[in-house]
Amino acid sequence: MVRAISSLIGAAFVFVLAIALFGTVKTAVEEPAAESAEHVFHLGPREADLPSAGLAGKFDNRQVQRGFQVYKEVCAACHSLKYVHFRDLTKIGYAEAEVKAIANQWVIEQPSINPETGEAATRKNAPSDPFPSPFINEIAARAANNNALPPDLSLMTKARHDGPDYVYSLITGYQNQPARLLKEFPGAKTPAGLHYNPYFANLNIAMPPPLTADGQVTYADGTKATKDQMARDVAAFLTWTAEPNLEARHAAGLAALIFIGIFCFLAWGAYQNVWRDVKH
Amino acid sequence: MSFPWAKHYEPKQPLMRWLDEKLPLPRLVYNAVGAGYPVPRNLNYFWNFGVLAGLALAVQIITGVTLAMHYAANAGVAFSSVESIMRDVNAGWFLRYAHANGASMFLLVVYIHIGRGLYYGSYKAPREMVWLLGVVIFLLMMATAFMGYVLPWGQMSFWGAQVITGFFSAIPVVGETIRVWLLGGFAPDNAALNRFFSLHYLLPFVIAGVIILHIWALHIPGSNNPTGVDVKGEQDTVPFHPYYTAKDGVGVGVFMLVFAALIFFSPNLLGHPDNYIEANPLSTPAHIVPEWYFLPFYAILKSFTADFILPAKLWGVLAMFGSILLLFFLPWLDSSPVRSANYRPKYRLFLGVLLLDVLVLGYVGGAEANARNVILGQIASAYYFAHFLIILPWVARSERPRPLPNSITEAVLAKHGGTSLAHSAVTA
Repeated sequence: MVRAISSLIGAAFVFVLAIALFGTVKTAVEEPAAESAEHVFHLGPREADLPSAGLAGKFDNRQVQRGFQVYKEVCAACHSLKYVHFRDLTKIGYAEAEVKAIANQWVIEQPSINPETGEAATRKNAPSDPFPSPFINEIAARAANNNALPPDLSLMTKARHDGPDYVYSLITGYQNQPARLLKEFPGAKTPAGLHYNPYFANLNIAMPPPLTADGQVTYADGTKATKDQMARDVAAFLTWTAEPNLEARHAAGLAALIFIGIFCFLAWGAYQNVWRDVKH
Repeated sequence: MSFPWAKHYEPKQPLMRWLDEKLPLPRLVYNAVGAGYPVPRNLNYFWNFGVLAGLALAVQIITGVTLAMHYAANAGVAFSSVESIMRDVNAGWFLRYAHANGASMFLLVVYIHIGRGLYYGSYKAPREMVWLLGVVIFLLMMATAFMGYVLPWGQMSFWGAQVITGFFSAIPVVGETIRVWLLGGFAPDNAALNRFFSLHYLLPFVIAGVIILHIWALHIPGSNNPTGVDVKGEQDTVPFHPYYTAKDGVGVGVFMLVFAALIFFSPNLLGHPDNYIEANPLSTPAHIVPEWYFLPFYAILKSFTADFILPAKLWGVLAMFGSILLLFFLPWLDSSPVRSANYRPKYRLFLGVLLLDVLVLGYVGGAEANARNVILGQIASAYYFAHFLIILPWVARSERPRPLPNSITEAVLAKHGGTSLAHSAVTA
């Protein structure tokens, strides 16, 4: 009885799946899915080769500071960094006085209230403040950027697959649309106001190339600011903003593995000892 | 319950004697997971996973209660409260990564625990109730895991909630009303987030309660074992403590190694990058995928692409829930009196295919929905249902089981090349 009922129910599911399978095969044969330009021309990211990558990865503070300089002088014009505070900069090697100066001299001021009139106002940044957004709200951001919204960068390297590599590849990946693409997909021409970039998911990104020439930033530490160098440095900085505790995590991880390793060794010994006279 | 030769709790210290008279809690523990519980002597490492699941639940409750001290269940600030846990709370990153990966570890060990039950026939008489309670725990875990994934209020949280609550709208006539009632609105928003948080905090304690019933029900017939043969006498068993506490110690160590490797060296391996983007009802992610542990069921849902009497979506939802609910009937679907697959050549083969099948479903659930993957998913889904509902009930009729050992001890001694049956399990 159980066998009959269950077989019937099973057969019903299998039958409906067979119909669905037939439909899938029929569609696949009669009208195979057309290839899309994104599918053919999208590229996976190139390796940024950052010291933070890998199991024992660490930040190179000089590089992260250079990346911060790129963010400050280039990216910060459009992109916010709202989960990071000025005070956090002490963790990448800035002294407290330096952090105070950086906050104080930051071009965009912190939204505030005029203590006398109660009207909306701005004030200078303090180390305890988060990085201020360059735009007062989303509408202002879109209005200034051809209706595109520059995303917050705090978590960018965790919000994309292979984030650090993605940021590096995207910034250095701008190019002219390949002739082959236009030949194969005449409808896929990059629309006006967008920019072709094979590392971007749909190939056409609203952000104009941010790094346009070598030496766009003059590094305080004397490193030659090639486009490639600046892109790697800003990727390193954004790796830090997304995962500021990476070094502590790796160090604690090593200690944890050693500790648990010793525990395993002892547990194994205890197990052998307890069971020594029992065949099992 | 338990075997007549089980050791009895005899407190020696006056304080423990006093406690035992007033509240025999130490006695309960002694009989449940101490020397008072006789266990077959031949259990292999697959029997570690029940204890590991209990450990994972404890880790989830401890990290979760601590996280709840810092998390704010409000759609406006949930995402940034998680970020402040990650950045500003002392060891907050550790707590959150431990909790997020702890969920994966919990589901992983529970899947192995369920697989162990399938292979060694632990769902069969007299342990049907153990199995039924186990399926209840599994369902509660799935609900808890899903609601927990919504709490960070990232893009996958939001759209996952949208898709999963959308299942209810497949119910004819009243579906949409039920969906709105469950969510407290037309789309996931503050009301949904708040109730998910409330339930996410409640359900683990319900799970803990059902686990107590699960262990209680287990202790009546006692543990199954790799031969599937019943315990015949004292020589077949050893006391749980110290024998299996020691063996579980090894399992706990290996579990912690894997867990620590995930937390400290690849904490986002099993997550989705989109969940580091704050929830945005106006922007749908390119691929909405659930967490890895739901992928096989998601693949079954997606495989029903044709209307047949019922709309395809309803078939998908029925099949997805059915694929789990059918586990409740397993003890009666499988009519073979032999428990262990070691002695069931045909069943063992089909079970191997099922394992492969579920892995394929898992792959399809997370992969792009192109023709090849959909076809793969439809065939794998068909096998899943055929396995449990057609093959399993019939295979016992044509199968010739291999000869069973007369007792656990005989099997153990045969393995070691010994012949003496009189040898007691515990010689000490």
